Amino acid sequence: MSNPLLYGARWAWVNLRNEVLVLPSRTLALLWVAGVLLLPLVYGDPYILRIVAMTCVFAIFAASWDLLAGYAGQINFGHALFFGAGAYTSALVSIRLGVAPWLGVVAGGAMATLFGFAVGYVCLRLRGSYLSLATLAFPLIALGLLFAFPDFSGGELGVSGVRSLAVSRTANYYIIAVVMIVLVFGMWHIADSKFGLVLHAIRDDEVAVRASGINTTRYKLAVFAMSAFAAGIAGALYAHFLRVAGPSSLEVALSFQVVIWGIFGGVATIYGPVAAVFILYPLTEWLGSFRAFGELRLLIFAVIVLLVLLFMPRGLTPWVRDKLETQCPRCKQRNGSWRAVCRLCGAPLGLGAAAAQSPR
Amino acid sequence: MFQDILVTGLVNGGVYALLAIGFSLIFGVARIVNIAHTAFYMLAAYCFYTLLVRLHLPGALAAAVAVVAVTALSVLCYRLVIEPVREHESAVLISTIALALIFQELMLYAFGGNFLGIPSAVDGVLVVFGVSIPYQRLLILVVAAAMLAGTWFLLYRTRLGLAIRATANDLEVANLMGMNVQRVAMATVAVSVALAAIAGVVVAPVFVVDPFMWLTPLVTMLAIVVLGGLGSLKGSLIGALIIGYVEAITVFVLPQGAFLKGAVALSIMVAVLLVRPEGLFGVVFEEER
Repeated sequence: MSNPLLYGARWAWVNLRNEVLVLPSRTLALLWVAGVLLLPLVYGDPYILRIVAMTCVFAIFAASWDLLAGYAGQINFGHALFFGAGAYTSALVSIRLGVAPWLGVVAGGAMATLFGFAVGYVCLRLRGSYLSLATLAFPLIALGLLFAFPDFSGGELGVSGVRSLAVSRTANYYIIAVVMIVLVFGMWHIADSKFGLVLHAIRDDEVAVRASGINTTRYKLAVFAMSAFAAGIAGALYAHFLRVAGPSSLEVALSFQVVIWGIFGGVATIYGPVAAVFILYPLTEWLGSFRAFGELRLLIFAVIVLLVLLFMPRGLTPWVRDKLETQCPRCKQRNGSWRAVCRLCGAPLGLGAAAAQSPR
Repeated sequence: MFQDILVTGLVNGGVYALLAIGFSLIFGVARIVNIAHTAFYMLAAYCFYTLLVRLHLPGALAAAVAVVAVTALSVLCYRLVIEPVREHESAVLISTIALALIFQELMLYAFGGNFLGIPSAVDGVLVVFGVSIPYQRLLILVVAAAMLAGTWFLLYRTRLGLAIRATANDLEVANLMGMNVQRVAMATVAVSVALAAIAGVVVAPVFVVDPFMWLTPLVTMLAIVVLGGLGSLKGSLIGALIIGYVEAITVFVLPQGAFLKGAVALSIMVAVLLVRPEGLFGVVFEEER
């Protein structure tokens, strides 16, 4: 016990065994983090690294959409605005002003946050479908302005020749992967905190929340800004990774894509959209690599989404989680579905629970 | 130029009105935000092209077959894809997006990404007050006006229309009064897609036909519907005329107008929403406060 290193290792192992390995979902999350971080060491194929790096960028983007749409219920159809704002700002700043790429990424995030405030402010009074359809307009207004001033924005071709984040391919990958993990876990933490609880409440009944003395306006603006910040960082990383910021980062297709990822994975979970991106994006790229499927890639993607939804209308991850885990009827903690009694309070689970709860 | 603006705005406004009213109907009755609405418009244009140019059917027959086929397809899609997930709003939303993507990719695969042209049904121009209007554009205007009148007749002078309006007003009470709301929803889908298909068929000779032709009208249509007020038919009609004229004025007056017409139209929608969050003629739905 005297050795602090040994003590630390023991503490880590006990926590790992008692907090992480007891639940399949937490084990999967750990495996996923380890997999993302260890991939370049195990399998350094440039093509695979490139695909996974792009997946990470879109995972940030999808998670940020979920924070806004899933938790706060502000279903945004124009999320590409923040992505595009991040991409264009970061690209223009690093080319025109010649600043370091990391500073460009921060500038992209800041600009996207400003856009988030602006959109949030404009949309404060809109609800439900009105909000969704109105937000669809913003990236298109931005796109129209970009095309109208090609000297500033590069028009159709976009801003090319952006410096990459780091010199080596592996360093590039690690920067994106680490930023992704930090942002995704950060958003997960926010969503699970008291702040996230208020967002849940706003989604379910905004009037009741206001009646409870909570300033919903401030919360809505804050969540717009946070979500936009993460999306802007994703856009900036995208611009530096592909070394070009083009009009495709503002298109309707991207806004719809993120809605598909979010709902396919399961809304109001954060990990759901991330899982959806990690499944769907490599899958579509892989399908696209076949000559026969190349043209049908988007078609197959849409059919898969449609079929999965018919069987799991709440999304993929809630369905899988319900198969792997059960909730304790007494203390509401989650347990692996193989357990007969709750790991925390000892209440009987599954069929045993039903028998114990039924009257004699 | 003034006369050009007058005519172009009216013709575009008519087409937009056909699309927006159909979308509004479905939203009002079934609360479905149907992203695939303009995809059906695209399908109808392709169907018309195939029948007319490839199979050499006479124009009127080809148009009729295209509209009926697309309407039947929409009812099929509704039964197979939308109805099983009706109680999950978000699932319905991405089902319609997925449907639109599927149609787009199928057309891309079958016809390629080229622009396809369709010969006008009627050639020649009509000269009124010194403005020459091609007959095809006049036809669009006449068809749009006829269809709007037909929709009005259907909604306000028939039993089906009464059922549709009742369901849109209050689904539960309509159900309690003995209306089969499922069937009303299906009939509404058919009527609304038929309007979109008619729009697709009449504009096909004027615009080009390509697999991505559904995106631009989709955005404009959504802007119109939000501008006029979701679920309000009068709002959709007036919104369509407003946006049609705004686009025409932007294109003819501003430099770089062709790029900016979407941005200006959408900015007007945003401006209206800032003043009236429920749109010009919107109804505040009690259950969606």
